[in-house]
Formats: sequence, structure tokens, C-alpha cells
Amino acid sequence: MDLNDTPEQAAFRARVRAWLDEHRDEAPPARLPEGGDEADYLAARRAWQGKLAEGGLAGVVWPKDVGGQGLGPIEQVIVNQEISRAGVPGILDVIGVGMLGPTIIAHGTEEQKARYLGPMLHGDEVWCQLFSEPAAGSDLAGVQARARAEDDGSWTLNGQKVWTTNAQFASFGLLLARTDPDVPKHKGLTMFVVPMDAPGVTVRGLRQISGEAEFNEVFFDDVRLDADAVVGGVGNGWATALTTLMFERLTIGLGSEGLGYRADRFAAPIAADPAARRDPDVRKRLGEVAADLLALRFTGYRTLTALQGGQIPGPESALAKVTTVNAAIAATDLIADVIGPDALEDGGEWAYAISFLPGLKSAGGTEEILRNTVGERVLGLPSEPRLDKGVPFSELRAKEREAGTRAAVATRDDDSGRVGA
Amino acid sequence: MNLALSDEQELLREAARGTLSRVATVEAARAALEGGALPDLWPAACEAGWSGLLVSEENGGAGLGAFDAMLVLGECGRVLAGVPLLGHLPASWLLDRGGWDGVEAVASGERRAAFVGAMPPGDLDPGWTWDAPEGKARVPAGGDRAAWVVDAPGADVFVVVGAGGAVSVVEGAQVEAVTRYDATRSLGHVTLAGATATPLDVSPDDAAAAWHLAQALIAAESLGTVETCLDLAVAYAKERYTFGRAIGSYQAIKHQLVEVLRLLENGRSLLYYAGWAGESKPDELALAASAARSVAGRALDYATRVNISVHGGIGATWEHDAPLYFRRAQLSRRLLGGTGAATDRVAGEVMAALPA
Repeated sequence: MDLNDTPEQAAFRARVRAWLDEHRDEAPPARLPEGGDEADYLAARRAWQGKLAEGGLAGVVWPKDVGGQGLGPIEQVIVNQEISRAGVPGILDVIGVGMLGPTIIAHGTEEQKARYLGPMLHGDEVWCQLFSEPAAGSDLAGVQARARAEDDGSWTLNGQKVWTTNAQFASFGLLLARTDPDVPKHKGLTMFVVPMDAPGVTVRGLRQISGEAEFNEVFFDDVRLDADAVVGGVGNGWATALTTLMFERLTIGLGSEGLGYRADRFAAPIAADPAARRDPDVRKRLGEVAADLLALRFTGYRTLTALQGGQIPGPESALAKVTTVNAAIAATDLIADVIGPDALEDGGEWAYAISFLPGLKSAGGTEEILRNTVGERVLGLPSEPRLDKGVPFSELRAKEREAGTRAAVATRDDDSGRVGA
Repeated sequence: MNLALSDEQELLREAARGTLSRVATVEAARAALEGGALPDLWPAACEAGWSGLLVSEENGGAGLGAFDAMLVLGECGRVLAGVPLLGHLPASWLLDRGGWDGVEAVASGERRAAFVGAMPPGDLDPGWTWDAPEGKARVPAGGDRAAWVVDAPGADVFVVVGAGGAVSVVEGAQVEAVTRYDATRSLGHVTLAGATATPLDVSPDDAAAAWHLAQALIAAESLGTVETCLDLAVAYAKERYTFGRAIGSYQAIKHQLVEVLRLLENGRSLLYYAGWAGESKPDELALAASAARSVAGRALDYATRVNISVHGGIGATWEHDAPLYFRRAQLSRRLLGGTGAATDRVAGEVMAALPA
């Protein structure tokens, strides 16, 4: 059992560390300073991303011919660890470089790669992901944003997207739209590049429990897109989206240490209270949370071991997010019990975490969908019957309404013979 | 970075599974509940080299590490095999470390050892304590009679941790064998008064490490049982149909099974942590082993209950295997200090490690 770098990894780490030592002073702060100007701060973060790219610390897993380093996930983790150790911010556009860029690399045309990837990598053009909609989250293939083909080969886009991080300052978005409603829902989808400054695009901040707007909703009213905005082919949007989602899981998995939910962080306010420190109930709750979070550390090492050996990480990686979120919820709940109402003071560390965590349960794949996926793919359990298989999207809504009516009367003629007995 | 099992470790695990498969241990577990005798697995364990697993090579052992021992215990847990390793291995490790004269016979298994471990001091309690004969209060280590000693019946040598973490080797102790709920678990109350005790030349730190080793071993054994319960429940969820479809297709069942898997994988990650700490980071062994015990205990409780409920009413009948694993879970979680004490120690260790 060896937690150390191989000689090659150690050499890479040393190189990264040396670069960071040399350039640390040029980095902006990790967060917008109190009372600081947001536009100035963003400009500084973009410039810093450009420097990281020049130093080979961005696009680590991108191929060399598109400006990346052509390295593997282990090297990406080493870069993440060293950036965190240096106390400087990482790249601004994690979504673009981590998920959308790799999608364009895999499915885009040569022209698209040449046009978009360089400015994305260097932070000159920030990207956003336009997948989820108010009525299509877990069931992403149900998106309703509609792109209609015009006679000249261009497209007209109408619809709404939601949970869009960075949309307020993004130059482009990668958008999943329905282009053919008369075929089953996974088949009639197409991926597009959308310029966020195109006429008809409206971005609105979406405030969350904490009061902050970390996401946006984006509206599209008769937005014109050129024929060359299509990524991965017309009707091939689902396969293209799956590539993005695969990289999303990888980005979240490799970056999860950065969420900051560590046992010691949660233990500190409890240890500081002499009564709490001795309280058996508090200790039991802290012990359970800490054990779960410690497990995650070694789950991470197991994931890296698999990736390093060229294997696909096991179920422990997929379930790490469930453990992280639920342990963090239990920990912040405990801390609020220990500190009392002051833990809920607006703007404070714990109030912010308490507000943030309920949404995190659904972010990047809901807990329920994750459990379904693991149950089916890992344990080999059968999936639930679906009403949407093979049904043209345009007929689906009528079918859903019909099913809703059936469900409303089902309790009366339930065939188990036990209901109400 | 490499946490993969080595070829030798894969081989050790495969060999353990092979050795244990030659005896119908689960059937024996039920027969034992009805008063049948348990098969004696000690000769097979000695032949496989498990008795000397943690004894150094110059003393006739295999000189392997804690993680290797966990792999074997995991296999024992999978099939509820009553191999007295939980008592023998920590005891043999201390005997080897203390350079005890008779250690070669312990390594070969000719003489079987048992461990009267003491819970080391924690951040709130400065004393070394034994499990109490009954009740919630623990008793100071070093008395005349030690209760609930795992694998005590039939042991030739007792390695006893007393007051202040002092360790002695006791021969000729009287053992009152006791069985509680899980007939596969050999337990005894050990009367030390009147027996011959020789001090063993090890430190209190060694005595503490042996306690944590025992915690990691029972965690590994527990997770082996969790694996079996998950396999059984998943298999049944695929073949049992209600309302026209396999019950495993319902989220209500599926999500419970995934929860078992999640707890199992978290526990496994902590076994790696305990193995790594034992090898390379002794300062963290208390935390790692306690965390492993805590999570494994929770996993064991949950998995054995889910296995019963997924099987429905039949899972709660005497004829079914599910109750055998459930019995194992009920007793295991109350031995060697109990899982609650391990969870408490995790909290204590995490808080103690904070910068002042």
C-alpha cells in the first residue's frame, strides 16, 4: 500500500510547485474581497487562468494538439492539490475546460476546435452549460428548448434553461435542444454552440436559500443560430451530452477534495465548547460524521489507484457524493445544535453551508438518480418500467397526463387486496 | 499512489476463500444454535499459516501486516466461520513483539493464544479499561476476572493488558465458556487469579496498538458478513416478483441495497486507512481503526436487517440463513468495547488532533 507519487509523478509535482512558487504573487485572491468590484475581480481571474494555461496548469488532460498537456487524471489531481496547497485560485472556467471543452474535442468539427478551444483554455472566453430545464433535470432527455431548422440551414431557438452557472458573464454556452419532436425523446436532440450575446438571449440571476445567486436562468426568444453551431451532428445530441456528463462526473470526482467538507473543520467549533466536547450525544454524532468523511479520503485514493491502472473507478467513487453531502448536512446540523442560533447568522460560515447543502443534494445528479444508476449498473438490479420508451416526444405529454389521471384513481382498485384493510 | 492489492494479497484472499469453502460453516452455524458442535477450523487455519500471520519470520511466522490479516478475517466473516483468529492474532502480535519464549509454538498454532485487551485511555478517560461483565460502566483493567474474552475457550496462552497498559502472559487461567445469541462466536469469562503471569516486554503503546488491531480485525470480519448479506439480498431482489416485476426494480428496495453497498465501500476505504496507518502512520492508527470499526458496525447492523426485510417474512424464520447473519451482527457490535466506544474515540481523536 503506497500513497506516494511515482518518480514521474514526483517530478511533475515538483515542476508544478516550482511554477506556482514563482507566480504565486501574480494570483488574485480566491474569493471576491469584501466590497471589491466584481468586474475587476473577474478580469483578474481570467488573466490568472491565462497564466495557468501558459504554465501548463490548465487543460492538463486535453490533448497536446489543442493546446493541452496530454496527461492523465492523476496529473490533474496533482495540479489541483498543488494549487490548493499554494493557496491560489484555480482556473475560473472549470465547467468549460473540465466538461465542455472535452465535449468539443470529442465531437466538434476542426473549425470549431480551432475557433473555440484556445480562448476557452486561456480564460478569454468563459463558457456555460445549457442542459437542464425547469421540466428536464434528472430526465434530461426530456428537454423542450426547441431549435427549428430554417430553409437557409440556420436554426431558430426558443425555450428556457436553468441552474446555469457563470451564464451572467459567459461568452458562449453549449446547449441541448430538441430538433425533432416526432421521434422518441433521446433521438430528436441536437447540441449547439450559442453566443450568449446573441439577440434574444436573456440571463437572470436565480437566488437560492442563502439569498445569493450562484445560478442563472436563461431565456431564448427566436435566437438565430448558424448552421455551423451544431456540435456532433443533428439528432446526435444525446450521445454528445453523455460525453459532457461523463466529464462532469470526472471533474466533480477529481475536485471533490476542494469542497472543503473535512472532519477537522467540523470538529473545531465543537472542540472549542467545553460542554459539547464532553457530551456523549454530540461525540457520537461527530464520530459518525468524521468516520464517513475520513472514508472519503481513502475512497479518493482508491479512485486514483483505479485511474492510474487504466481502470474505471468502482462504485465507491459514484457514491462518494452521497456520503459527502449527507455527512456535511449531519455535521452542520450538529454544529447548529452546539452553537445555537448564532450559527444561523446571515453571512456566517455555518449559515451559508446550511443553506447551500440542501441544493447540493440534487446538483450534478440527484441522490435518487445516483442510487438508481448504481443499483442498476453495479448491483445489476432491473430498472423500473418506463412509459417513455419508443414513444415520439410529441405524444409523450399526452401520455403523461393520461397516466396522471390513472394514478389518481389507482388507490380505489388496487389489485393487492390489502390497501385499506 | 497504489492501493491495489498485491498479487500475494490476492492469493492470500483466494486461498482463504478456498480453505473455508471446504467446510459448510453456515450450515454449522445453524446446527450450533440447536446444540450441535462447531467444526474445529483451527487445524486448517494453522495449515494455511494464519496462526503465524502476524509473527515475524525469525520467530516462525509469515511476518505479514495488519491489512493481510484483515483480508483473512473478511473471508471468515463472509461465511460465519468460527476461526479463533480475532483473539489469537492481536495476542500473537504482542508475543512476537515482546520476544516471548514460546512464540514459535504460537506461530505454528500448536499453542493457541487469546487476547485480554484493554481499551486505551481516551481524551476524557485517563484509565485502561476492560469490558464489564454487565452494565454500561467499564471496569479498570487488571482485575482478577476478565469478561467476554473473544476466543477464550480452549486457548493455551492469554496475553493480558492490565493497569497502565502493562502486558503479561498468563498460563493456566480458568475459562468459563459462554454463548450469547451467535453460536459461532466463542466467548469466555477468564479467571486470572491463581494462574501464572509473566510480564511481557512491550510498551503501553504496543498494548494500545494491539487493541486497535483487534478493532480493525473485527471491522474486516463484519464487512465480510455485509458482503454476503448484500449478495444474498441482491440475488433475491432479482428473482422475487411482485405486481409483475422483480422487487429489485422498485426504488424502495433498490435504494436500500445501494445504501448497504455505500456503507460497505466506506468501510472498505477505512480498512485501507487502518492498514496504511498500521504500516506507515502509527499516530493515526487509533483514529483509522476506530473509524473502520464504527462504520463497519453500522454497515453490519443495516445490512443484516435489510437482508431480512428484502426477503420478507421468510427472512425472519428459523429455517432461513438471514437470521444467522443478524445474530452475528447483534453480538459483534457489543464485543471488544462495542461500536459505540469506537465512534466516541473517532470524535475524541479528531478533536485532539486539532491545532491548539
